[in-house]
Amino acid sequence: MLLIRCPYCQEERPEIEFSYAGEAHIARPLNPDDLSDESWAEYLFIRSNRRGLHYERWLHAHGCAQFFNALRDTVSDKFETTYKIGEARPQVKK
Amino acid sequence: MKYSALSLFANALSGHKKWPQQWPDATPKKSYDVIIVGAGGHGLGAAYYLARKHGITNVAVIEKGWLGGGNTGRNTTIIRSNYLYDESARIYDHAVDLWDGLSQEINYNVMFSKRGVLMLAHSVHDVQSFQRHIHANRLNGVDNRWLTAEEAKAFCPPLNISKDARYPILGAALQQRAGTARHDSVAWGYARAAAALGVDIIQNCAVTGIKRGADGAVEGVETERGFIGAKKIGVSAAGNSSVIMEMAGLRFPLESYPLQALVSEPIKPVMPCVVMSNSVHAYISQSDKGELVIGAGTDQYVSYSQRGALHIIEETLASICEIFPLFKRMRMLRTWGGVVDVTPDRSPILGKTPVPGLFVNCGWGTGGFKATPGAADLLAYTIAKDQPHPINAPFNLERFTGGRLIDEAAAAAVAH
Repeated sequence: MLLIRCPYCQEERPEIEFSYAGEAHIARPLNPDDLSDESWAEYLFIRSNRRGLHYERWLHAHGCAQFFNALRDTVSDKFETTYKIGEARPQVKK
Repeated sequence: MKYSALSLFANALSGHKKWPQQWPDATPKKSYDVIIVGAGGHGLGAAYYLARKHGITNVAVIEKGWLGGGNTGRNTTIIRSNYLYDESARIYDHAVDLWDGLSQEINYNVMFSKRGVLMLAHSVHDVQSFQRHIHANRLNGVDNRWLTAEEAKAFCPPLNISKDARYPILGAALQQRAGTARHDSVAWGYARAAAALGVDIIQNCAVTGIKRGADGAVEGVETERGFIGAKKIGVSAAGNSSVIMEMAGLRFPLESYPLQALVSEPIKPVMPCVVMSNSVHAYISQSDKGELVIGAGTDQYVSYSQRGALHIIEETLASICEIFPLFKRMRMLRTWGGVVDVTPDRSPILGKTPVPGLFVNCGWGTGGFKATPGAADLLAYTIAKDQPHPINAPFNLERFTGGRLIDEAAAAAVAH
């Protein structure tokens, strides 16, 4: 089970308190009427599914009930960092 | 050498010390007509059907690890075809058709056992959903029928059908034609049969890049053991499909999740069939070695770690103990995880890609083993003819743009 640090509660808590909420930083289109089918497919279905460092959203469902973002390595499952919604994404060191 | 009672007898006389190697460990040639990436059941099978049905024998199967060491060796070996939609019924039933007689065709005992798959209904919603499945299946000529709780108990005596059970059993859907097979044998059998037809099987050789020409078409793959040329590349890389596709500059509608399974200590035969309970994520059968083979649900997050969390297993075992109280004191021997590539509609992607010469077989999610011979056959057809077979034509990549999804996720409401 993962241990996840909620950036709002400032506490490391077990994974069962959290719900995974998919890849992070996928912005909902502001102009849905003008969007092509390809752009809709990209927004709705296409995912980076990165092997390595992955930006993702979590929900502290059984805690503060807030969404936050995380940067996690999908090979080791190790969290690099977690950060609040609205904060700039941490850059990945190459 | 053809395996037979006679060859078994002859080799017994020499103390079983003169059995020939089943397939050679090939050194890569400079180029091939077709390269298959991924030596699991799907990839090896595709190479076999390319050689056998389409006469294309200059084929290499390239594998980063060892043959059959990915999801082929990590699943719970359930085979069934009772899917809701017409397209799914055709593709999965095509696979079951090929499972029948596969052992004879490749002269390798894959131990396909039509012991029946029982899917338990625990709620009124389950009952209605399963009966809809049964009717849809029968219209498609797919075997599936309804059992009352008492009939289910008669078919599978270890079931607890008591009215006050935590997960009451209101009935079950039975696909008698479904069952299990020996997963390793499928990979080994296809490998041996393909190698006998001239296919090179190259293990411990990870693909690190896909080379494309000025016209965009594929020219070959970069690997840990150098460049290997090919005008046609078929990717059958399961959980790592997104990674391989990115090498060709393609982004796919896939996410990879850990999926776990476990086996118990071996016991005498007690489970006559496969029992699945989608509502509580419990999948169980008994192997011929006597171990209970149990499948759990996926973890919730994207991961390539090939391991999952203990609480997922605990939930599944809690359900198993409720449904089969007699297993409460059994001990589990091993647990392991695989990485499953899941599409938004829980149906596979099998066909051409926007890159000329690049073909894909991915997105089988939590249920790829059952499709092994069918997927292999259809991937081979698509590569050989440069166009999809009518059975896999609906499972194209374009459906995510056009909106014509094959939404087995909504149909089953759970992973399957």
